[in-house]
Amino acid sequence: MADLILEVNDVVKVYGDYTALNKVNISIPKGSIYGLLGPNGAGKTTLMRIINQITAPDSGSVIFNGEKLQGKHISMIGYLPEERGLYKKMKVGEQALYLAQLKGMTYSEALSKLRYWFKRFKIIEWWPKKVEELSKGMAQKIQFIVTILHEPKLLIFDEPFSGFDPINASIIRDEIVNLRDKGTTIIFSTHRMESVEEICDHIALINNAETILEGSIENIKNKFDNKQFEVTINEENLLESQEYTIVNQVHNVFNLTINDNFTQKDVIKSINEKHEIILLKKHTPSIEEIFIKAIGNE
Amino acid sequence: MNKIWLIISREYLVRVKKKSFIVMTILGPILMAALLVTPTILSMQDQQNRLVALSEKNIEFLEPLNKIENTKFTVIPDEELELLKKDFSQTEYYAVLDKDKDQFYLLSDQQISLSVQRSIADKIEKIIERNKLKLAGIDLKVLESSVTEINIQTKIITLDGENINSSTEGSMGIGFITGILIYMFIFMYGTMVMRGVIEEKTNRIVEVIISSVKPFQLMMGKIIGVALVGLTQFILWIVLTMALAALAELLLFNPNELISQANSAENTEIMSKITNLIGGINFMQIILCFIFYFISGYLLYSSLFAAVGSAVDAEADTQQFVVPITVPLLLAIMLIQPVMDNPDGTLAFWMSMIPFTSPVIMMVRLPFGVENWELFISMLSIITGFVATTFLAAKIYRTGILMYGKKISYKELWKWLSYKG
Repeated sequence: MADLILEVNDVVKVYGDYTALNKVNISIPKGSIYGLLGPNGAGKTTLMRIINQITAPDSGSVIFNGEKLQGKHISMIGYLPEERGLYKKMKVGEQALYLAQLKGMTYSEALSKLRYWFKRFKIIEWWPKKVEELSKGMAQKIQFIVTILHEPKLLIFDEPFSGFDPINASIIRDEIVNLRDKGTTIIFSTHRMESVEEICDHIALINNAETILEGSIENIKNKFDNKQFEVTINEENLLESQEYTIVNQVHNVFNLTINDNFTQKDVIKSINEKHEIILLKKHTPSIEEIFIKAIGNE
Repeated sequence: MNKIWLIISREYLVRVKKKSFIVMTILGPILMAALLVTPTILSMQDQQNRLVALSEKNIEFLEPLNKIENTKFTVIPDEELELLKKDFSQTEYYAVLDKDKDQFYLLSDQQISLSVQRSIADKIEKIIERNKLKLAGIDLKVLESSVTEINIQTKIITLDGENINSSTEGSMGIGFITGILIYMFIFMYGTMVMRGVIEEKTNRIVEVIISSVKPFQLMMGKIIGVALVGLTQFILWIVLTMALAALAELLLFNPNELISQANSAENTEIMSKITNLIGGINFMQIILCFIFYFISGYLLYSSLFAAVGSAVDAEADTQQFVVPITVPLLLAIMLIQPVMDNPDGTLAFWMSMIPFTSPVIMMVRLPFGVENWELFISMLSIITGFVATTFLAAKIYRTGILMYGKKISYKELWKWLSYKG
């Protein structure tokens, strides 16, 4: 497909007798925010390192923007690793310039863009300070700027919100959405499911070195549709019927599962005939529920 | 290439701008100059004139004792001597020399310098010796004429039949100093590389950087950057030491005195002695080889130090891996003496071929003269050596820098060598 920025095909990575990735496949559409999920030790970091060419896969291929992933792509990718830091003794501005130049920017280009971002985040007065004088959150902001500075086509964030207070976390989240709107594709790895729900449009779930789930949030939610309804009626007694099974009841609120061979319509019709419906709500699984269920099924 | 240059310049500038670097660069030459100048100052201070009192019964020693430099002896009456023994502070005397039966005593209100004590003992010994010889009926003139001094001049005969003055002492001195210098350089800057790697790891910046450059580039950038720091410090030390030494000489010595000294016969003799000491040594070869072994020895070891740094989380954990690296270096230092005793022996030969000991041992051997083919093989072997250690170290390094919070064993390191890219 032409609209994929990144395709990972059957990637295998083995460390001694430990398999970090076992035939992993993911396809990341251009302009998406792609959530990379999975429990600790599932292989997410290894996958991100392979995409960043920090390590090479033992077998399988990675296609970036239609080409085999290679050295020249380094400047088109921005990576904010989970284990991130800065040289403590170096000055903020000096250090940001150094890291930007390592990504292939020229000195003057890096300087003007850094000025722009420092002003935008209102941190220009940090420029001559040493990193050891900054708080963790402040240092995280610098790292965020340095990651996105060279305007990469693909951004990879590993736990980008860790270390931020809620206000700064929302500033960063807005910037991420902003970058997506400008056409940047974002890979986003986190354990915070509510932020996945909020901003991701595609996800992949990796467990035990394998992809166990991949696709758009919509498709995945449909796939994990547990056919549950929550219905509120005008009395505390719901009659049994062949179309549905009552899971539980709290006063006049009932949780129902649609029985096999019946549809949503059949259920509504059946209840409607015997009771007065006050409220009817289809239950959609949250990403967190899907995560737990999918891994539990393994 | 551009990126590795960026890394080299950062590694270099960060270290050169450090206060500790500046302090060390200034302090080093001052310490070295102090080492050079202190003996001169001390000997000058010794020129103060001391006055030593002598009891009447020791009058026979007066004349010979007065030949001792900077010390004057006078004989004083016994009553005054007894008084002196009780109270020193009000008199001009430095000490009192007394004798009780066969035991001599030097009494003073301060600690008597060892050199004074020794020269007095020397003189007295000689006088007593002579007296005994006289008593035995030996003619002193015969005795004096029998004193002989032998000085063997060593000469090296080169292929074209020319013979050059050589000196074992000069060769030993130069070999020892250059060997030790190479050892210090490798150790100091190798550890500096290791600390740099650990710093990047504990600061967690390493993964950010290697998403932009290859781990090998980062490692080599650091090694080269630190090497340049070392060279800078070294050159500054030499320049500053020479400047300081020159300055000290100007301040301490009267220039006229210097000129008259230069003309004196004694000085010419010293000059000829120095020429004799170092005349047979090929300095151009030593300087070129020094630079070569300096750099190649550093490259060989610093990549290993980088690998150690990558495998640990904190400097405290480095011990178990640093020890095996330092053993060959220490071995080389310990072998300097045996190699000097027999610079062309089997031990010297092999130790100057094995890349881990050759930088030190070859420098020790060089002033004694080393065949060109031996030098060639040794150089070839150390180049092969550092290419090999760099290759292996790079493999450990790129795995190690991404490992956190794990105690690493040798078995683990061995496994890392087999990991692919």
